[in-house]
Amino acid sequence: MADIFDDYQPAAAWDEMFERAGVPRAAYGPVLAALQPLDPAELRFRADQLARVFTDRGVTFDYAGEERPFPLDLIPRVLDALEWPTLERGVRQRVLALESFLADVYGPGEIFKDGLVPWRLISTSAHFHREVSGLTPPNGVRAHISGIDLIRDEDGRFRVLEDNVRTPSGVSYVMENRLAMTRTFPGLFAEQHVHPVDEYPARLLAALRASAPRDVADPVVAVLTPGVGNAAYFEHTLLARLMGVELVEGRDLICAGNRVYIQTTQGRRPVHVIYRRIDDAYLDPLHFNGGSVIGCPGIVNAARAGNLTIANAVGNGVADDKLIYTYVPEMIRYYLGEEPVLDNVESYRLEDPDVISWVLDRLDRLVLKPVDGAGGKGIVIGPHADAATLEALRETVVRDPRGWLAQRPVSLSTVPTLTDRGPAPRHVDLRPFAVNDGEDVWVLPGGLTRVALPEGELVVNSSQGGGSKDTWVLAADRSSAQAPEDPPIPLPRTFADVTVPQGGPGHGSTIEGAQQQ
Amino acid sequence: MSTGLLSRIAETLFWIGRYVERADDTARILDVHLHRMLEEPSGDVDAGCRALSAILGVPPGDGRIDIGTVLSRLAYDDGTPSAIAGALQAARTGGRSVREVISTEMWECLNVTWHELDDRRRAAERLGPHVFLRYVRERAALFSGLADATMSRDEGWHFLVLGRSVERIDMTARLLSLRMPSASYAPDWSMLLRASGADESYIRTHGGTGEPRLVAAFLLLDRLFPRSVLHVLTLAEDCLAVLDPDPARAGFTDAARRPIGRLRTRLEYTDAAQLLEQLPELLTALQHTCVRATEAVADKYFQYALPVAWEQEG
Repeated sequence: MADIFDDYQPAAAWDEMFERAGVPRAAYGPVLAALQPLDPAELRFRADQLARVFTDRGVTFDYAGEERPFPLDLIPRVLDALEWPTLERGVRQRVLALESFLADVYGPGEIFKDGLVPWRLISTSAHFHREVSGLTPPNGVRAHISGIDLIRDEDGRFRVLEDNVRTPSGVSYVMENRLAMTRTFPGLFAEQHVHPVDEYPARLLAALRASAPRDVADPVVAVLTPGVGNAAYFEHTLLARLMGVELVEGRDLICAGNRVYIQTTQGRRPVHVIYRRIDDAYLDPLHFNGGSVIGCPGIVNAARAGNLTIANAVGNGVADDKLIYTYVPEMIRYYLGEEPVLDNVESYRLEDPDVISWVLDRLDRLVLKPVDGAGGKGIVIGPHADAATLEALRETVVRDPRGWLAQRPVSLSTVPTLTDRGPAPRHVDLRPFAVNDGEDVWVLPGGLTRVALPEGELVVNSSQGGGSKDTWVLAADRSSAQAPEDPPIPLPRTFADVTVPQGGPGHGSTIEGAQQQ
Repeated sequence: MSTGLLSRIAETLFWIGRYVERADDTARILDVHLHRMLEEPSGDVDAGCRALSAILGVPPGDGRIDIGTVLSRLAYDDGTPSAIAGALQAARTGGRSVREVISTEMWECLNVTWHELDDRRRAAERLGPHVFLRYVRERAALFSGLADATMSRDEGWHFLVLGRSVERIDMTARLLSLRMPSASYAPDWSMLLRASGADESYIRTHGGTGEPRLVAAFLLLDRLFPRSVLHVLTLAEDCLAVLDPDPARAGFTDAARRPIGRLRTRLEYTDAAQLLEQLPELLTALQHTCVRATEAVADKYFQYALPVAWEQEG
């Protein structure tokens, strides 16, 4: 029979599903088997159902002032049982190295004294905050939640594209995508052993509670959101709801005597851990942007006084600066004494005069990234840029070499994605989420696979019109994919003999022999 | 109930209660009145529409108005919370900002309703306003049912019910005052009953004679009918008592409870025979009570800094 993948032509990149046209990779066998019998109209129908579910549930992100559902593609991205443990180790290693680095930056500064990283990089970083120097968090954790962006290159090797240790977002879509997929393709999960993703909120809450000031027996945790107009507002509500904690805005908080309180109908209630989804700059008008109206004046002083834990810590931005990124492999060797499990993408720092002239000669063959850009903003992909753009870029780079990083353009791997003309290859990345509770770094199985919906587009970002895919981590066998089951509760013996009562005038109740079949 | 509810959330829940009830009651009132006007095109439509607008708090303006104007201003306009669409939009926006305290089903109900309104309005343009108005009533009922079935009876619940109660008192007072002006479209008493969803209940209680005194008494003083003012006042008072159990041995210090309690007492001991003479003054008192109680609740429970603007996160 004809199947929807008959005409599928892989692009000039590593295709996650097909080794070459017509030859699927083993991990995708079952997915393919489930999708092949569906005709395109049926797929469309299910895709529309999926979008409808998201709209009804309010799974949206705000884009340019309007709420949009974050498009979920029907075809999942699969990671097999062999490659996931490596990614997991690589992510954990990276998080631990960044934690050590942050402790060093705001503490003794050994790595600078030993000359591995120039101090000037820190002192010129907009994200270095002297206000938190010498502030050691109660359990030493600064990156409670990290999102490490990975891509797979042309040879099928995963590499780190960037680190996010400030306020990485997107984990809500991981959970919602899985929920939507299990509803749309219930049969698919029955025969697959896919690691579940619903453990995240409990892990996050445990990590937040573990980071509370030491003298608090039963810490109160709150999620701090900029408010309903923020792009990630849906995620903030989801996490608060699933952790069972308050979702607060700056105006709900009061600082008094270096302690933070929530304004309730019964007066003030102390809060001990704030998982904030507000950038440093807007968090505390006393210390940072004085015009900010979404933060809470005094919150940083409360943290300095040891009465409050702010997660993620203030000042983490020095560690996920794109220039610092180039030093992370060094940090892994320096702090952990290990070789990096995951490599960076080949990158060039522009501070060296030789390097910058070499880069300026090759602007049309490199990717230039502003070191401070978030969400794919300001990235120039040389091979795709016109002459005027490159000329403007050249001037900017010469003026501010500290503000830019050059990288080899990597052709991101592709996964078949549903388009109006059937499945077609679209570039993807992967953002695994790691939670550090101070004892261990737990990595959520899989993570967020973002897909660039326009053909050939290499920037995968929701703010650039991206979508996402459900990400499956296959378990080696069924038992390892499932939580241990509770022993079944034995029914009382008589229960099986009780018929369901029926009644009402004229029907007579079940007196005898009315067995339910 | 040991730890308080966020003041902002308490306020939002109070207003979700008000807005959903407002949409529901407005739909009921419009449904009955428009139906009557469509049935009797001989009457003075302009005056009827004016009375309706004025009662529902939307100034009728100077030009001639007809049923279309009334619908667009009181039903389809999403720019003002006095209209159905605006009230449902405000309820949905509120719901979005208290997602973590209401159940997902309640949120989805508000969200889906808001998404569907446009389609329903278009359907109403083809099939008549009843399609739209009935949908609104059904969704309001669904919301109440879901709240009833899925919300813990904690502070949040009491603020939601309090908001709904205050709005219901206010709307019933507005509905009854429609009877006041001697306009040609002054609704008859049976219409008032229908617009409160009380017609069948009334008939079972008092038989099929729409005696004005009995109808007014039913809508104001009946202890068992859930939309009667006395019933709702009692409910609101109970909510306030749960929110702040007053331990004092004499008197009540709760500024929100006092106006509600006073009015309830007055209604309980009103002589039903005198009700019609007292009606104008009583309706004014009802409106004042709603305003005073809302202010007092806000003063007491909704104190926090004011909202401002957003910034993006990366």
